[in-house]
Amino acid sequence: MSEVQEAVPIQVVRHHPEFAVRVQELRKEFKIRDRKQGRFGRKTRVALDDVSFAIQRGETVAILGQNGSGKSTLVRLLSTLLLPDGGSAEIFGSDVVRNARPVRRLVNRVSVEASFFKKMSAVENLSYAARYYGMTSGQTRDRIPEILERVGFPKDRRDESMENLSRGMQQKVALARALLTSPVVLLLDEPTTGLDPRSKLEVQDFIREIRTSHDSTILLCTHDLAEAEALADRVGILDRGRLLVLEPADDLKRRYGSDTLEAAFFAATGREFEAEHDEEDDDREVMA
Amino acid sequence: MSTLGTTLRSELVGAGGVVERNYYLTKRYIWWDLAWFIWTVANTLTIVFIAKGIEAQGGTLDVNRVATSLLIGAVVWAYLGVLFEFLMETVAWERWEGTIEYTFMAPLSRSMHLAGMGVFSVLYGLLRAVFLFTVCIWFFDLSVPDAQFMAALVVLAIASISFLGIGMMTSVLPLISPEKGTQLGWIAQGTLLVVSGVYYPVEVLPTWMQWLAKISPATYALEAARAAILDGQGLSTMWDEIWPLLVIGVVSIPLGLWIFARGERYAKKHGKLKRSG
Repeated sequence: MSEVQEAVPIQVVRHHPEFAVRVQELRKEFKIRDRKQGRFGRKTRVALDDVSFAIQRGETVAILGQNGSGKSTLVRLLSTLLLPDGGSAEIFGSDVVRNARPVRRLVNRVSVEASFFKKMSAVENLSYAARYYGMTSGQTRDRIPEILERVGFPKDRRDESMENLSRGMQQKVALARALLTSPVVLLLDEPTTGLDPRSKLEVQDFIREIRTSHDSTILLCTHDLAEAEALADRVGILDRGRLLVLEPADDLKRRYGSDTLEAAFFAATGREFEAEHDEEDDDREVMA
Repeated sequence: MSTLGTTLRSELVGAGGVVERNYYLTKRYIWWDLAWFIWTVANTLTIVFIAKGIEAQGGTLDVNRVATSLLIGAVVWAYLGVLFEFLMETVAWERWEGTIEYTFMAPLSRSMHLAGMGVFSVLYGLLRAVFLFTVCIWFFDLSVPDAQFMAALVVLAIASISFLGIGMMTSVLPLISPEKGTQLGWIAQGTLLVVSGVYYPVEVLPTWMQWLAKISPATYALEAARAAILDGQGLSTMWDEIWPLLVIGVVSIPLGLWIFARGERYAKKHGKLKRSG
């Protein structure tokens, strides 16, 4: 096993108006039960450890990390679904804690679970969700069929209960839900995990299309190395809550003298990408 | 349109979205709702039969009046149950489906989100209460010749403001305890009704419980509904019941929103919006 190379320090980003996302020394801890310390024992797990980075407008950044590395925590903090324990995060200059509502207008998210009211149809799920963003029925009447067509959702299944749809189909509806509100920052948290190869390719093609046709900035959290390399302008490695490096995939491979991202990941973290977890990782996975 | 106007419009559209979502869900689960309605009818009949039972055992009472009084209590109980259930589902059902994060990251204020839940629950609850009352009146062939039904409905609608405020306070419980939070909500509903004279006058309660009855909106709602249906009183004679309902409503809605906001903040601090592990 080769030695772990020293992590690359990520510079604290100074304020700059063209940054779509700006994260500075962001920290999130969770208190979790520790049976070793008795019935009421608690221990602290650091999910994000002073993470700093910035994403330019229109840029696609992929964050690579194993389960429990802090990817989902990062996405939730940027989506205003978690409150940080330190540092700050801004979306186009709006702080995610102090100015949560403007941030919510700018951001949408697709996560690994395509969460919907399963008895309701795709159209019904999209329709009520659009209202939350102030879109009237007049605005969504044509927009919903259009967007479902764009993601390749079959016309004859629009009114079918979501519970009858495959995971791939549901994930397409999740993409449609996120795009319906025209977000300028799109947070993709393992959007292709668990999909069959065909659905995976379709979703990836659609992400490419968003990149070219929309003025969207994309943060893609994934543990699919090929996906990260194919879709992102820059790739970051998040390991146990620490962002070790963030740069173009070719630079990253060059930095670690590796031919592949997998080898670079190993050099950066000292662990195989799909290595088994230790107890600490399992705790993190629960928090994620 | 001014910024304020745009924001207000967007908020109202958002609240309409909550109503729309509940409409879709009710439509999709309509047969389950019908089954639940049958259960409520059976439960209500059981309670109203008590009046007939007392007479059969030799008790002397005006069966028509007592049966109608019990029926009003059972209908108000069922109505309150619907309101509380919808508000509890604000969190509980969304957590179960996994949609809660998408709802909470939308740019819709929590007050309008909860208002949307409240509006639908009141409309659905009132409709259900009217059906329940009609079915039971027909079943027992009860006579309410002087009933002021519109006055009773208006009082119930006014009381709903307070009920919704209390419902908001309890609806946050599933955020704090996903496993037991919903049950805690039922405890709040039960406690509210036990002190409010649902099937008996509050005068039969111990003194300390009568004090609690004074701050329960259900007490005034039940008194006013009985006065309207049994004694034919109109709204103009019900001010003694209406003003406490308005006061409790004015206090309970902001308090409910504040408690919900505290619960939401706690959940976001401790990562409890999403059920993990």
